Amino acid sequence: MLESILITVATAATPLLIAALGELVAERSGVLNLGVEGMMIMGAITGFAAALLTGSVWLGVGAAILVGAAFALLFAFLTLSLVTNQVATGLALTLFGLGLSGMLGESFVGRPGLKLGVIDIPVLSDLPVVGRLLFGQDPLFYISLLLTLAVAYFLFATRAGLMLRAVGDNPVSAHAQGINVVAIRYLAVMFGGACAGLAGAYLSLVYTPQWVENMTAGRGWIALALVVFASWRPWRVVAGAYLFGGVTIGQLHAQAQGVDIPSQLLSSLPYLATIAVLVIISRNRRLTMMNTPASLGRPFVPER
Amino acid sequence: MRLELVKRPQQSALFSAVSPLIALGLTLVAGAIMFLLLGKNPLDALYYFFIDPLLETWSLHELAVKAAPLILIAVGLSVCYLSNNWNIGAEGQFIVGAIVGSMLPVLFPAFQSWIVLPLMLLMGIAGGAAYAAIPAWLKARFNTNEILTSLMLVYVAQLFLDWLVRGPWRNPEGFNFPETRNFHAYAILPEIWPASGRAHWGFVFAVLAAVALWFVLSRTLKGFEVKVIGQSPRAGRFAGFSRARMIIFAFLVSGGLAGLAGISEVSGAIGQLRPTISPGYGFTAIIVAFLGRLNPLGIIAAGLVLALSYLGGEAAAISIGVTDKVARAFQGMLLFFVLACDTLIHYRIRLVRPLVVRAGEAKAEEVEAGHA
Repeated sequence: MLESILITVATAATPLLIAALGELVAERSGVLNLGVEGMMIMGAITGFAAALLTGSVWLGVGAAILVGAAFALLFAFLTLSLVTNQVATGLALTLFGLGLSGMLGESFVGRPGLKLGVIDIPVLSDLPVVGRLLFGQDPLFYISLLLTLAVAYFLFATRAGLMLRAVGDNPVSAHAQGINVVAIRYLAVMFGGACAGLAGAYLSLVYTPQWVENMTAGRGWIALALVVFASWRPWRVVAGAYLFGGVTIGQLHAQAQGVDIPSQLLSSLPYLATIAVLVIISRNRRLTMMNTPASLGRPFVPER
Repeated sequence: MRLELVKRPQQSALFSAVSPLIALGLTLVAGAIMFLLLGKNPLDALYYFFIDPLLETWSLHELAVKAAPLILIAVGLSVCYLSNNWNIGAEGQFIVGAIVGSMLPVLFPAFQSWIVLPLMLLMGIAGGAAYAAIPAWLKARFNTNEILTSLMLVYVAQLFLDWLVRGPWRNPEGFNFPETRNFHAYAILPEIWPASGRAHWGFVFAVLAAVALWFVLSRTLKGFEVKVIGQSPRAGRFAGFSRARMIIFAFLVSGGLAGLAGISEVSGAIGQLRPTISPGYGFTAIIVAFLGRLNPLGIIAAGLVLALSYLGGEAAAISIGVTDKVARAFQGMLLFFVLACDTLIHYRIRLVRPLVVRAGEAKAEEVEAGHA
């Protein structure tokens, strides 16, 4: 019982973790992309449709990543090359993604999808309690943890990561140092889009292998909140994602047990928890000031 | 080849006026391509989408029904966005306004008097404003990100409405359908011109609100304060304007108008509460606000355009068999083009060929550009 709950917590947390990691990298470069929800839902429909049409789950995953990155490229072109308002453009990306996915997904509603299988590491997966949790999960679970490691290493232990953070903190001096600010931001935003696409594919190929309109149900926004919660630190995103995974699964179990609380109230818990967490974090002003990329959301036009 | 932006010395008056029109034109072109890809005749599709709904009186009424909430919400949002407050939870404020306003006809159906409707409208405004006050207060007090909190509250409001109409507020004589009792006659917002169609007074409220806010924004000190704080919080501080009070003000105005839109929709167009009372008006209104260039009078026109896209989606679904979800994709695309075209107001865009421009030429070009 406990084991199966823990495993479902991991499946609820993994898409949040992947999407939030991508957004973290984009925000570290100084770009606030509020289009996570839109890129995620496009990843979900693309992954589902591509897997169904080609018969290969992995092609579905790949297609979702590409579409997520392509959507992010559109965002990057507008905000970085045309210097549009980042908040408004991110909203546009979300609205467009939700609309387009609904249109494309119309013929896929109700069709059974493909599911990504689990990797079963022999012997180890038979360990009590943690066996299946650590050694018998779907491949993307492992990828999400490797991705955290990679992002943390990249940002804080490589020269390129240092450049990316410099661009996010002070694009003017980074530019003066000869760093191509716009190019780095393009790449960071597209990485964020690829991650959001992958997270969407996780929803439609692992979490609930089917297509439902608006199936992301605000997870892209929760991922954005997680980045703030984690104060732009990769490992803290893991903690936040599993906390939210726990809340989500906890309320689902409570509903299944028939607890005498309206199911709608239970369903709204993850959203209320997001607000509570944001308030707690923002009350500690010193912590947020210290880690927030200094030029987050500000446009930058290189001087000639 | 690459793009290069050259900042204009001042905003281009020409592009301020025509950029929304260019954006509409580009959306039509992109839409035509989309229909082509869907295997439909693009001219037919665009005709059913954007012309057909304008040809009959009853559908002009429907246009006003759909435009009313969009305009009401969007003019409120313009106050928020101009003052740099990113309220994106208008959908939630719309729902809460509808719920609070509906308390009288649902809970006290025996209370029948001419005063019911005005009370409902006021309660709707109060409900929407109170719900918007939550993210506003959190931002003013704790500096909590209002984008995320206002959006999260949308989901909470939707779930709360769902619980009400399936639980305590369900119509006792309604065969277990998830809906409240039908509003009695005193609780119905009248139609403007009942002989010819459904358009109700919500549209009149919308136009009045737009004109009033246009006046406030362009002719009063409060409007000046909104813009100063939005463009330069520092300058606003020097002028003695309070950032915290502006946050509360902007959210209360936009929340109140969204609440009014909500109660007008249920008492004018629906006549009861249901699990879903809005096809995403609160989000589409964001597009309306930007298409109207955050100017309340422009927003009236923009609201009609977006309302047309809702009707067009339905018309195209019936006549040429595309899904009515096309409308949502259209709306999102439109916002992209609007934002991209707004760049032309602030910048001149040039295509630059790499490596051929030498220093002297660049100088000469700059002089030329200055003369042009």
